[in-house]
Amino acid sequence: MNADPQAKVGQPVLKVDDLRTHIFLKRGTVQAVDGVSFHVNAGETLGLVGESGSGKSMTSLSILRLIPKPGARTVSGRIEIDGINVLDLDEDTMVRDVRGKLVSMISQDPMTSLNPVFSIGDQVGAAFRFHDLVRGRSAIRDAVVNVLQRVRIPSPERRLDDFPHQYSGGMRQRVVAAMAIACSPKLMIADEPTSNLDVTIQVQIIRLLREIQKETGVGLIFITHDMGVAANICDRVAVMYAGRIVEIGDVETIFDNPSHPYTQGLLDSIPHLGRRRERLYSIPGNPPDMQNPPSGCRFAARCPHVMDRCRSEYPPEATVAPGHMAACWLVGKNE
Amino acid sequence: MLNYLIKRILQGVISIVGASAIIFAISRLDDPTLLLLPIDATPEMVENLRQRLGLDLPIVQQYLIFLGNALQGDFGNSYRWEQPALALILDRLPATLELAFAGLVFALALAIPFGVLSAVYRDSWFDNFAKLFAMLGQAMPNFWVGLLLILFVSVNLGWLPAFGREGFDSLIMPAIALGWYPVAAMTRMLRSTMLDVLDSDHVRMARAIGVPNRVVVWKYALRNAAVPLVTMLGIYFANMLSGAFVVEVIFAWPGMGRMVVEAMFARDFPLLQVGVLFSAILFVVVNLLVDLSYGVLDPRIRHD
Repeated sequence: MNADPQAKVGQPVLKVDDLRTHIFLKRGTVQAVDGVSFHVNAGETLGLVGESGSGKSMTSLSILRLIPKPGARTVSGRIEIDGINVLDLDEDTMVRDVRGKLVSMISQDPMTSLNPVFSIGDQVGAAFRFHDLVRGRSAIRDAVVNVLQRVRIPSPERRLDDFPHQYSGGMRQRVVAAMAIACSPKLMIADEPTSNLDVTIQVQIIRLLREIQKETGVGLIFITHDMGVAANICDRVAVMYAGRIVEIGDVETIFDNPSHPYTQGLLDSIPHLGRRRERLYSIPGNPPDMQNPPSGCRFAARCPHVMDRCRSEYPPEATVAPGHMAACWLVGKNE
Repeated sequence: MLNYLIKRILQGVISIVGASAIIFAISRLDDPTLLLLPIDATPEMVENLRQRLGLDLPIVQQYLIFLGNALQGDFGNSYRWEQPALALILDRLPATLELAFAGLVFALALAIPFGVLSAVYRDSWFDNFAKLFAMLGQAMPNFWVGLLLILFVSVNLGWLPAFGREGFDSLIMPAIALGWYPVAAMTRMLRSTMLDVLDSDHVRMARAIGVPNRVVVWKYALRNAAVPLVTMLGIYFANMLSGAFVVEVIFAWPGMGRMVVEAMFARDFPLLQVGVLFSAILFVVVNLLVDLSYGVLDPRIRHD
């Protein structure tokens, strides 16, 4: 378990293949995640970028098998964490051996992610208690102090019995991170962990996540709608639109050579300091209705380069360069 | 904490004195002497009795005398029973406490599993059943539930005694009749708060680190839903203590409520005053306990 993390860097800890998670409503079916494939290597950070409703949170909840029931269901695909297809496992195994141990989550809002009526020690200790890793009250207490130290909470032994409302926002996010890393998972999903924090604290949390990654070699999925944050922390970026990944590649490639018009639009929407512009650019139009997604490219209605073919056929994943894929007819033109 | 407690107790005392003034004033709207004397009583006899009971004095003076005596523990004699009113009420108090407590236990024993499970299994057959049950509960007045229970369980089946207070058997049906409505109300409220809590970020976070479902539901989520539940429980418990008279009458339960109602019909002022005063005291005490429990249940509301 505590083998040299460096040894595993580069090995995929997560492989997602053609994942489809749909939400079944009385009015119809929402294809929230519709054929998503990607992988995350050990020690690597993959950014999952997209606007709200693009399916990025649904993808991460599918990996944890925590999609809201009843209503949503993963209808097909494969999700391999450390070589195990979690879609084959029953709920008991997920609880006992997967969640917390193989994969864990750092959730969106530090202000609401901790249970207000239980002490910090109790909540962080739960990770150890329910995986039978540490037995006995004082041993769990020591383990909690240790993990709180790892997320740089000052004098944790004195703050163990405090409640979440006695912690500041940044400190709470550190506690959430401590819960997530307690059982040394192979994969961590950070769902917009910084979007509700002050900019200075955002930087601290991002720095902390990087340090944790360096120490443990954990693979990290960083979900954000903010291209700037993604550029800061990610090794690779996957851009999601309307339930699908439209472009994926190294962070430099995505920023220097965006090949999908949607990615280009997103990058143009970032405000730049010192660059004079009349108005901030925004992509015209709205994402499609995911109950009846268009049969062709889902971005066609908003795309500045739209062609006839785009409206009828969904573009295949075309390789721009090794490791850089974009689902756009413009890229595959020569085929 | 101590300051808070003292403040709350003072507030309670003011409420109780206020309640006593109101009931004192209202009960003086009618003259009891004619009811207490034979039908052929002469005007002299009436005047005599009024003087003896102090009813000829101005009402404010009567009230001050009442308060002064009450502080010394003297609430006067019941007109009807010709015994100290306080002793009569204290004699009936345990029966009322017992019944209200049993009603509360019954209500909680059903409402907690019903509310929690219908939130966990939302829109399932169990949820629909609980919804129907809650709707029936809220639509049925407790006297009717009591009469149905007597009819089916006592008369037709002969399983439980229909009236009196003799042992545990005789407590079951009054407790069910009394707790019926609160079960319904608390089930519905607990269901909706549990739905909110189960959908919250911290519950998802707990699940994401591998906390088992039963712990998430019965410990993490239920504790969060406890504050509104305890608030409601306090209101119903106070109502059961002071408003159980209908059930007490139906089941011939020798409780305080029934005695107070009888005192009202007999214009038995001293008894009525003590009875209402005790209801007010119980109400204030229960509310204080509920407020103090908030601090235990939710660390954010701790009184420093």
